[in-house]
Amino acid sequence: MSHHIIDFKDVHFAYPDRTEALSGISFRITHGESVGIVGANGAGKSTLISHMNGYLMPAKGRIIIGDAQLDKTTRSDIRKKVGVVFQNPDDQLFMPTVFDDVSFGPLNLGLSEERVIERVNEALNTVGCYDLKDKPPHRLSLGQKRAVSIATVIAMQPDILVMDEPAANLDPKSRRQLINLLKEFKHSKIIASHDLDLILDVCERCIVIGAGKVRADGPAGEVLLNEKLMKENNLELPLSLQRR
Amino acid sequence: MLTFDKEYFNIGYLDTLSYKDTFMHRIDPRIKLLTSLAFILLVISFPKYEISKMIPFLVFPVVILSIGDIPLIFILKKLLIVSPFALFVGIFNPILDTAPMYSIYGVGISGGWVSYFSIIMKFILTISTALLLIATTSFPGICIALEKLFVPKILVVQLLFLYRYLFVLAEETMRIVRARNMRTFGRKGQGMRVFIQIAGTLFVRTVERSERIYHAMCSRGFDGRIRMMKNFKPGFIDIIFAVVTITVFVILRKYDIAKILGDLILQ
Repeated sequence: MSHHIIDFKDVHFAYPDRTEALSGISFRITHGESVGIVGANGAGKSTLISHMNGYLMPAKGRIIIGDAQLDKTTRSDIRKKVGVVFQNPDDQLFMPTVFDDVSFGPLNLGLSEERVIERVNEALNTVGCYDLKDKPPHRLSLGQKRAVSIATVIAMQPDILVMDEPAANLDPKSRRQLINLLKEFKHSKIIASHDLDLILDVCERCIVIGAGKVRADGPAGEVLLNEKLMKENNLELPLSLQRR
Repeated sequence: MLTFDKEYFNIGYLDTLSYKDTFMHRIDPRIKLLTSLAFILLVISFPKYEISKMIPFLVFPVVILSIGDIPLIFILKKLLIVSPFALFVGIFNPILDTAPMYSIYGVGISGGWVSYFSIIMKFILTISTALLLIATTSFPGICIALEKLFVPKILVVQLLFLYRYLFVLAEETMRIVRARNMRTFGRKGQGMRVFIQIAGTLFVRTVERSERIYHAMCSRGFDGRIRMMKNFKPGFIDIIFAVVTITVFVILRKYDIAKILGDLILQ
C-alpha cells in the first residue's frame, strides 16, 4: 500500500497571539517510514503534531494525508488514519477505567461489541498491560499510563502513529521497554522527542526543525551525528555517542 | 504533612475502599443504589416524633459495614464532619416545642427533644448509608447505575469526568500549595492575595488541560457522544439481595419491631 503518506507543503501557522509557530515547513513521509522530529523548546514540534490530525489547520500551504488533502470535510476521516499519542498521559486517558479508555476509539469507529473487545485485548496485550484492564487511570504508575495511552491509539489500528515525547519522565527500564515496543510496530511512525538516543534507536530518518522551518532532513544516523547542526539547534550528540 | 495533603489522601482512601473485593462490593451497583435509595426514602418518611421504629434500621448500615470490611472509625469521622448541619437544623426544636411527651422517672421529656433526636437519628442513618454505598461501590459503577436508571447522560458524563480529574486537579493544587509552603517558613505567606493567585493559576491550568483533553478526545473520533460498553447484568444473588432487603425495610417501616420484641420479653 502506498497511500500512508504524510505530505506537508510549505505549511505556515501562527497562533492567535501572532506567535509564528510554523513558517514554511515542507516534508514528505512515505509508507512504513519511522521519522524522528527533533528541535529546541519552542521550535514548533507540538504545533506540527497538532496539524497532523487536523486539530490545527494551516494558515497557508497544504497538508496531504493518505490520498486526501486536510480540510474541515476530510478531517474526521484523517483522524481515523492518524493516531496521536499526546505528551501527557493524564490528558490522553480521560475515561474512568483502562478498558473504557481503550475501547473509546474503537466504539467511535462503530465496530461491533465483539470486535471492540478483541481490539482492546489485542492492544493491551501488545503493550503488556492486559492485567490493568479494570483499573482507574489515577491508580497507574506513569510508565503504565504511558503504555495504556499507546494502547488507546493502537486499538484504533491507525495507518500512521504519531507520538509527542513518548519517553518523557519515564524511568530507564520503562523507557527501554517503550523503545523495544516502538521497534516492533510496523506502522509509519512519527516521533517528536528530545530523547535523541531514542530517536537514534527507533527511527531511520530524522527531521530537525528550528524557528518553524526544516533545518535538516536525512538518515537519523547522519543528522544526529552532525555536531555543528545539533549545537545550532540547542541539541547535542546522542549520549551513547558522546566521548566521556 | 499539610492539611491539604491529608484531605487529598482521605478522598483517595475512600476510593481505595471501593476497590476491595467483598460480597458487598460484588453486588450490582444498580441494586445497591436502588436499595440505598429505598432505605433513605423510608427513613425520611418517618413522622417527626418517631424514634423507636427507626432504631432497627441501624442494622442495614451495620451489616454493610461488616460485610464490606469498611473501618467503622472512618465512617464515624466522616459523620462527625457533616454533623453540624444536622445538629443546627433542629437546635431550636426543644425551645419551641415544650409540650411534654414522655416522662421517665418523673423527668418530663418535651416533644422538641424527641423530634430533635429523631432528626439526628435520620441524619445518622441516611448519611452513613450513603457513605457506605460510595465506600462499597466504585464511582464509575455508581455513574453507570445512574445512567441505567435514566439519569440524563450529560450529567453522568460530567460526573465521570469529575471523578477522573478530581485526583489530577488535587495533585496539581497539592504541588502549588507545597511550593508556597516551602518558601513561607511557617508564616502565612501573603495570605489572601497569594491564595487568590493560586486559585487563578489553577483555573488557567484547568482550562488549558480541558483543551488538551478535548483534543485527545477528537483524535479518537469523539463526535459529541460518549459510548461505553456496559456489560453487567444483575445476577440471581443481586436480585435476592434486593428483594430481601427491601422487604425487610418495608416490614420495619410498618411494624414497630423494637416494641414488639420488648413486649415479648416483658410478657
